[in-house]
Amino acid sequence: MIRKSISKQAPTGFPSPVGAWIDRYRHDGGLRQYVVYLAFALILATFSILLHDDGFLSSSNLLNIGRQAAPIAVMAVGMAFALAAGEIDLSVGSVVALSSLVAAELVGNYGFLAGALAALGASALVGMVNGLISVKVRIPSFLVTLGMLGIISGIARNWNDLQSLPIRNDRFSGIFGAGGLGPASSLLIWIVIVGALGHFALHHLRWGRHVLSTGADRDAANAVGINTARVKISALVVSATAAGFAGILLAGRLSIGRHDLGEDYLLTVIAAVVIGGTNLFGGRASILGAVTGALIMAMLNNGLILMGLEVADQLIARGVIIILAVALSMREAKEA
Amino acid sequence: MSSAPALVASGISKSFRAVQALDDVSIELHRGRVTALLGDNGAGKSTLVKCISGLYQPDGGRIFIEGTEHRISSSRHARELGIETVHQTLSVIDPLDVAENLFLNREHTRGGWLGARIGLLDKRRMRKECADTLARLDIRIPSLRRSVGSLSGGQRQAVAIGRAVSWGQQIVLLDEPAAALGVEQTQRVLDLIINLRDQGVAVLLITHNMDRVLAVCDQAVVLYQGRKCAEVNVADVTKDDLVSYITGARTTD
Repeated sequence: MIRKSISKQAPTGFPSPVGAWIDRYRHDGGLRQYVVYLAFALILATFSILLHDDGFLSSSNLLNIGRQAAPIAVMAVGMAFALAAGEIDLSVGSVVALSSLVAAELVGNYGFLAGALAALGASALVGMVNGLISVKVRIPSFLVTLGMLGIISGIARNWNDLQSLPIRNDRFSGIFGAGGLGPASSLLIWIVIVGALGHFALHHLRWGRHVLSTGADRDAANAVGINTARVKISALVVSATAAGFAGILLAGRLSIGRHDLGEDYLLTVIAAVVIGGTNLFGGRASILGAVTGALIMAMLNNGLILMGLEVADQLIARGVIIILAVALSMREAKEA
Repeated sequence: MSSAPALVASGISKSFRAVQALDDVSIELHRGRVTALLGDNGAGKSTLVKCISGLYQPDGGRIFIEGTEHRISSSRHARELGIETVHQTLSVIDPLDVAENLFLNREHTRGGWLGARIGLLDKRRMRKECADTLARLDIRIPSLRRSVGSLSGGQRQAVAIGRAVSWGQQIVLLDEPAAALGVEQTQRVLDLIINLRDQGVAVLLITHNMDRVLAVCDQAVVLYQGRKCAEVNVADVTKDDLVSYITGARTTD
């Protein structure tokens, strides 16, 4: 019945924007695409009520959540591209530390811009090596980046004998974390900038469409002449570079570079991306979802602490949430 | 020159280790005609298509397009020469919408030189041209903005064929385009093939379904164990004749 009425519609007309949106909404997963935003609202409401007396809704606490979310959100945007291309980047946490150390090493002598650019460059290089090895030697990226995680962590530990490197540069700290524009923390501004850039690249650049195509069906993408090897390498470069920028934001906020910055971010970032509607196995990505997922993770972290949970309990709660998110993601993949 | 066949593949051989997949097979495709490529599983049909579409390099033989000899080095090269292949499975990208699929890897960009460098998509223009192409082929899709993954099997195959044609290709190779489609959807794909033929495209159709051969094909080439065992005008044969060629019971050579 339904199919018949569809086939009798006018051939490929231009429906109104609203009509097109409703059509897409009905056929491209319905409410499921918006689960992350509903979850965000639900968790926000729950904590607002439960933790009202603990000051959860105070502007200083909300700002705190935003600050904590910033590096996670930036990494999540990068990771969304790696996952969308059908790869995964487990080395991101170590790249955060490497980037903070490179920046701290160079900012003093060469200025904030050179320090930041060198940190991004070093991170991009790590991503390039990840990509080249996994694509050219045909080793799954989870193994390559797992090895790279060890290598970079080791380098970061040796860098200054486990000691932190101080950053004494007000411009660096101001632009990348401690400062702000009026009431808005620079970290929040960076979330918006990176999220907007990622969304734009995914939806309005040829590259974004090719990343999705490569992750959805590599053979089909190859068949239309897309250089899927290059696309996969570029996605891993983007992921590592984003992690490097997260390292700069942490270094800016704390005014140090240190070997253990970002160490425990990996699971949080992957959870944020997957909760946000990006498929763990490629072909579907949402940048706004990833950023919202990062906000959810930061909010959970903050709320669990305010509730008085021990670190051990926080770990358990986060683990449960991650498994639930992945389970949801896989169920959708099967249905599709 | 214009009287030369759209494509001539002559004496094509291809072996994989000890297996001779194709042995001295020749085939001609003509503008405005549909040629069936028949044969049992493993007879070499897909290997021949892959040799023509640049995915395989034949060990021997020559390929002429519009009378000029070419060595087809890749699927990209084949496409530049005007050959488009719709594979049985390698077809469309589910998460992309209809227009994005139609223009995949030859996207229109806007914003001048810089826009072309960074690949800034001109979505409006692609949707417009997509609508024109689909209308010309009488392909009906509910919305160009819908992801292809949400379309029916027949609609997805129509998008894949529409893409082949929208590249402006003159030679279209179809590998079992109606496999796994329902009756009504299959009919729409057959209508589409007839439509291509009427627009002067040279079509090669791989199929196992003899009714489809009789319905839309002008000539048929039959492979048996890597060799061409028959080449016939479809109007001159019956379904039983075709089947006996395919099973190797008879040959025309």
